[in-house]
Amino acid sequence: MAGAWETVIGLETHVQLRTVSKMFCGCSAAFGAPPNTNVCPVCLGLPGALPVPNEHALQLAVRAALGLGCTVHPRSVFARKNYFYPDLPKGYQISQFEQPLATAGSLSYLSPDRGIATATIQRLHVEEDAGKSLHDRFPKQTAIDLNRCGVPLIEIVTGPDFRSPHEARTYLLTLKQVLEYAAISDCDMEKGSLRVDANVSVRRVGETMLGTKTEVKNINSFAYVEKALTVERDRQIAVLEGGGTLAPQTMLYDSKTNGVRPQRSKEESHDYRYFPDPDLPPLVLTEQFIAEQQTLLPELPAKKRERFVEKYALSVTDAAVLTADRNVADYYEAVVHAGADAKTAANWVMTEVLADAKDHADGLRVAAGALANLIGLVRGGTLSHQAAKRVFAEVAERGGEPRNVAEALGLVQVADTGVLSGWVSDVLGAHTSEVMRYKQGETKLLQFFVGQVMKASRGKADPKLAQRVLEEKLAP
Amino acid sequence: MSDPSEALASAKAAADRIVNVKRLNACLTPIKELRKSLAAQASTAHPSGVLYGMPVAVKDNICTLEFTTSCGSKILEGYRSPYDATAAAKLKAAGALIAGKTNCDEFGMGSSTEHSAYGRTLHPFDKTRVPGGSSGGSAALVAAGAVPAALGSETGGSVRQPASLCGVVGIKPTYGRVSRYGLVAFGSSLDQIGVLGRSVHDAARVLSVISGRDPKDSTCEDRDSLRLPNVPESLQGFVIGVPKEYFPQDLDAAVRRACDRAIRLLRELGAAVREVSLPHTAYAVATYYIIAPAEASSNLARYDGARYGPRFNGSEDVRALYRTTRGDGFGPEVRRRVLVGTYVLSSGYYDAYYRKAQQMRALIAQDFRNVFDRGVDLLFTPTTPTPAFKAGEKLNDPVAMYLSDIFTVTANIAGLPAISVPIGRIKGLPIGGQLIGQAFLEDEMLEAAYALERAVPAAEEA
Ligand SMILES: [Zn+2]
Repeated sequence: MAGAWETVIGLETHVQLRTVSKMFCGCSAAFGAPPNTNVCPVCLGLPGALPVPNEHALQLAVRAALGLGCTVHPRSVFARKNYFYPDLPKGYQISQFEQPLATAGSLSYLSPDRGIATATIQRLHVEEDAGKSLHDRFPKQTAIDLNRCGVPLIEIVTGPDFRSPHEARTYLLTLKQVLEYAAISDCDMEKGSLRVDANVSVRRVGETMLGTKTEVKNINSFAYVEKALTVERDRQIAVLEGGGTLAPQTMLYDSKTNGVRPQRSKEESHDYRYFPDPDLPPLVLTEQFIAEQQTLLPELPAKKRERFVEKYALSVTDAAVLTADRNVADYYEAVVHAGADAKTAANWVMTEVLADAKDHADGLRVAAGALANLIGLVRGGTLSHQAAKRVFAEVAERGGEPRNVAEALGLVQVADTGVLSGWVSDVLGAHTSEVMRYKQGETKLLQFFVGQVMKASRGKADPKLAQRVLEEKLAP
Repeated sequence: MSDPSEALASAKAAADRIVNVKRLNACLTPIKELRKSLAAQASTAHPSGVLYGMPVAVKDNICTLEFTTSCGSKILEGYRSPYDATAAAKLKAAGALIAGKTNCDEFGMGSSTEHSAYGRTLHPFDKTRVPGGSSGGSAALVAAGAVPAALGSETGGSVRQPASLCGVVGIKPTYGRVSRYGLVAFGSSLDQIGVLGRSVHDAARVLSVISGRDPKDSTCEDRDSLRLPNVPESLQGFVIGVPKEYFPQDLDAAVRRACDRAIRLLRELGAAVREVSLPHTAYAVATYYIIAPAEASSNLARYDGARYGPRFNGSEDVRALYRTTRGDGFGPEVRRRVLVGTYVLSSGYYDAYYRKAQQMRALIAQDFRNVFDRGVDLLFTPTTPTPAFKAGEKLNDPVAMYLSDIFTVTANIAGLPAISVPIGRIKGLPIGGQLIGQAFLEDEMLEAAYALERAVPAAEEA
């Protein structure tokens, strides 16, 4: 029966812009300072204080809009969103309402069910964050931390475009990737620099009208996005299948119980009385300013993926892995530019490099040039693949040039015919009966001899060369 | 003046004069604190400043490090700003002395200085009358000769109206000429700091000091400070328009006589005077009383008792805290305007009121541009419909009170500079005439004001 329902989800994502200072004052926007230390008359909303827009925040917001293919409006308007809350010191939040910064964008993502799908970005606007109410700090009292107050945010609103919780999550990860690429935001949900609210409704498959939607809030980790939306979707289907009706309300997700509960109506604000903020003239952006932001936008993941497939002859899957993180993509290209073969470099990066990065917080520990050299040593026959992995681990741990490290570890393959001949003679002398059998035509014993030479050389012999010397010596 | 001993003497004399007019309840600063601060300021003031040693009183809604900033309200009783308003900082940088905080209608909402939580200010010439408002304390102190100039603020005429009623000069500069940083907001798109002075010159030199760009105020124009014009020999070449809508049939006969005399003198000074029309004037007060309360309802939302200001009884939870703080902390006129403002911004009413008022605002501003585009340099009108009225007379009739701003609100709505100059007496009470100038052309307006001030027998019955 569940198959007969279609899920419809739209997302409103709040993203903190990566600025040094707040949206309308000079206070630090850094996370984690002692409570109420990053504050001033402006963000405290003291009598007489006035906001002045942060130019860098506007640059980042415009870059985000361009990165999401939006139309950036040369004239937008800051508006006041009025409501009373103790962590909102002015009694209003400066946001944008009737005339947002940007509209009509889109973001393509890889849907698990539908392949490449496109989410429409209905609007993208700039606003300031509120402070934080801490209800668990003191018994029966609420503590207020205004450090976050005035931190610059953009809100990105999609259309009702997602057909499953999984799709919504995939879009969100794609969005995060784009914003991280362009250094617009840290997108750290745990630190609150990315927050998402979802509009969820269900309808019978084939139905074109949207069902009654609810807004799901309090999803505070990537891990909960899919869970929260699934729980709400299932709740709605259960209500409708039980013959009930849905109320358009706000649902709060509780990650501890993996459940949702309706927000008390008292917690909801009904009328924000938006009006243009008279303290801020309309935001007028010149064509030149917008064009400049476009040039400052890096190549975004989708574009990079396509280019990797074309330029380096990689599979789409490999290109996707390599471009998921901008640093990794840049690293990969640096390895190739330093002379490594594109395909081999891709294998190295996707295995050794990413595995090492996963285990160590200090990032990509082997310099791109060093990895290219290491790959060169394998290709030139100086190191076996196995030996190279050991060298990689050593360089990652203690640094150094791969060739020197390989030599110090005694891993360099011996490609000197003279030295090899000695090992070969020893091996042949010690296995006379096998030599007889070989000469009588049992040529597959050649691999046995190679193995014995490798053993005698303790892995240092170049196996290809050893085979050649063996063949010469065993020749009739 | 360039000698610290002269500055100290000036400070002491100002304090003495302010004590002498204590009965007016114009200055809210306790006298001991005032004396001490003035002496300290005089000893550290910058001797090379253009206002060195000049005592300037400051309206109680302009933040200063010296003294409290209570905005005439109980809700900010004892509030001390941790920073100086830009205008106050510029005054101090020019060597002026902040000579106390002056009484005003609560948050600037009123036209009589009766709506103050700290009692009404008396008219300096007749204690049964009001000095006008909301900058009534500043006007009364200047009129009583206690200080040569004082800062006031305007949203709809709060400098010019009390200037007219008290017989002093009052200037409201172009919107964006003076930084609003540190002026406690009432109607942000209308608010400007203005100056009250004994003479055009005293007011103008203070205005010149406080004017100019300020990176802390996004609505302050990126312009140099105002340059003071010379006193002109004549007004040859000036075209002065007299808008007929400001001289209705029922205008007080004595006010009309005073204006007629001033117009005759402007002509005699060489100005060409012609009648003009500003057809949307009739809608100005209604427009003002939608926009100003709307902005006020949002600007005053911050006074919730959570972070500063006194807390009142019965604040057991956050809703109760809001209710008691705002219920007990605001006076009736402020509550009235917050309610009106909240209403006109509500969804379902926004288009009918706020949006329509913004459209009317644009039409009123266009009226002025049309007149100025046709070669008119300045407009002359009465400042107020009557001289000072009796205390209590309009207290229970808000609309009558609102109509006392009928000739002044338009300059705020259109963002234009305007000045009130005393033009005569009516049964001993002063009355002002108003010159409205073009945006950022205060210098032309001041030239005409200088000439009018010199020509008009302001102390004579009209
Ligand atoms: Zn701040």
